[in-house]
Amino acid sequence: MSSRAAGLTLVTLAALVAAGAPVVAPHAVDTRFPRLLNAPPTRPYVRDEAGAWHAPFIYPWRLVSQLEQRYEEDRSTRIPLVWLTGGHLVSSSDDGRAPLVLLGADSFGRDVFSRLVYGARASLGLALAAALGALLIGATLGGVGGYAGGAIDDLLMRTSDFVMVLPATYVVLALRAVLPPVLPAQIVFALLATIFAIVGAPFIARGVRAIVRSERRLDYAVAAQSLGASAWRVLTRHLLPAARGFILVEITVLIPAFIIAEATLSFVGLGFPDPIASWGTMLHDASSVRAFADFPWLLSPAAAIFLVVLALNLVFQPSGVGVVYNEPDEPDRRLRTNSYTV
Amino acid sequence: MVQYIARRLAFAAFLVIAVASVSLVLARLAPGDFATGALGLDARPETIEQMRARYGLNKSIGAQYRDWVVAAAHLDFGRSLLYDRPVRDLIPERAANTAILAVAALAVATLVGLPLGIVSGTRRGGFVPGLIRSTSLVLLSTPPLLMSLFFVFLAARTGWLPIAGMRSAVTPAGGATLDLLTHLIVPAAAIALPLAAMLERLQAQAMTDVIGEPFVRAALARGVPRSRVVWRDALKPALRPVASMYGLIVGSLLSGSFAVEVITAWPGLGRLMLEALRARDVYLVAGCAGAGAMFLAFGTLVSDLALGLVEPRARE
Repeated sequence: MSSRAAGLTLVTLAALVAAGAPVVAPHAVDTRFPRLLNAPPTRPYVRDEAGAWHAPFIYPWRLVSQLEQRYEEDRSTRIPLVWLTGGHLVSSSDDGRAPLVLLGADSFGRDVFSRLVYGARASLGLALAAALGALLIGATLGGVGGYAGGAIDDLLMRTSDFVMVLPATYVVLALRAVLPPVLPAQIVFALLATIFAIVGAPFIARGVRAIVRSERRLDYAVAAQSLGASAWRVLTRHLLPAARGFILVEITVLIPAFIIAEATLSFVGLGFPDPIASWGTMLHDASSVRAFADFPWLLSPAAAIFLVVLALNLVFQPSGVGVVYNEPDEPDRRLRTNSYTV
Repeated sequence: MVQYIARRLAFAAFLVIAVASVSLVLARLAPGDFATGALGLDARPETIEQMRARYGLNKSIGAQYRDWVVAAAHLDFGRSLLYDRPVRDLIPERAANTAILAVAALAVATLVGLPLGIVSGTRRGGFVPGLIRSTSLVLLSTPPLLMSLFFVFLAARTGWLPIAGMRSAVTPAGGATLDLLTHLIVPAAAIALPLAAMLERLQAQAMTDVIGEPFVRAALARGVPRSRVVWRDALKPALRPVASMYGLIVGSLLSGSFAVEVITAWPGLGRLMLEALRARDVYLVAGCAGAGAMFLAFGTLVSDLALGLVEPRARE
């Protein structure tokens, strides 16, 4: 399997898991198991102690040390796993005694795997929405600037240059901090998506403008114009499609950057509010050194972020970095790459 | 040239003032203020009013901003409410810590990334270039946020390295510098490794492009040893596109160091900004944001000037 196919498989898998979260996750996002605080991952078995084969089953956790939160498998009872019941892909047949916690439980006794699956919705959805927003804003500004030229172009490009040289992290922090720390999740989602889109848009606007500027002098664009096509039609049907390749690569640079930006903001407590599961808030819950040194499964959102970013890199940038020669009309071709925008 | 630098500096000054002003206003508009945060919700209203009056928080936004601008023109950026120290004293100290971290990371990334990129960019197949390439791909997908979590986890598990802060409470044997260096390893490596991977990929790409050029082929055809062609003839033109990236890297250094400072408790500018925002310390927020803008503007200017030295075409 080529690395590209591997990446594509991972991305598709992540998207499917996020879309089918209620089915994939064995538990609801906020179900707490008070007897399983910081419990380690349950291991599915197919052979019992005596060596006999069974359908997949798990052993319940038994608390050995309250103080150290150490658990041990209770080998005396087998709890079989059940498939496709109660609307879940797989779950334990006895949730009361031995809930299935595939990636352990966090300090509130919530199932890390279920939260990870639901968190994919928030984290990946936000990154995608923000990237599409950046695309919309960037393509509009770049297209209009490049097509109109003159004062409008100057104004638009100066503005986007200005946004590009802002210390993005600090601006995003300050913008987020203006609003009350606790907001409904939908509002946080819309707010973060908007902020990220604005910060990311100039990168797209500059490239699109350069492409539109050089393309509009080419014969096909001039021909369309002289046939009486309106400016809108020339721009949307002829010129912007020329920037398709550039936009695709830019988006694949922005999505990982936005996933990481969400994680960073939620990690410091300025992203999604606490009960919402996102990969950043999960890392926030794990953020004391003691917690993740002793209970490494709490770092699984970090692993998830890594896998998704790696997969995106594999799919769209087989050489590792999207090396784009930006600004085709400039004599010196500049390299552009994965710089974490936010 | 002088005119160019002057124009850039003027723009940088404008940027710093704009960013600081906007963050001051934003932090002021945020719900709650320092007095309610510091004294708690059940403090007596008179006490809260007294505290507001002392720090100038009872004025209208317009009046407060005007006073701040007038004072800032005299290089007095207000007093941090949180630390009870002038912002002017607090910021340079923290900015210097961020600079130590950023410069160390940049130096390591350059020294590791560029040579590896030259190696992997000049050979098509082979085990070593393949290994470098796949390592880079993995590191590229591990931004400083994840890298520092991973390193702190390792350090906490093994106990080999200090996991937080910049100095030990008691200076251990070996002196303060050594102590600082051991504290620097985790945060600097967390920023440097993804950056090194990025530089390696860029350098490899640039090398591959240059190796395909006729003048390199000609040198090889004349029988000049391959290593000499690579390290003498091809290296210099291949360094130029990479050098032009350093301006952008300054930005990712600043945002990367924010995540790392928070996770490893490195007392830098990013952490200070976060503390200030949490405490609604308006003057400190403005100071930090302004300092961040200055850091970025200064870094970009230096890298652009350095680029002008190696790349004559970039000088206009």
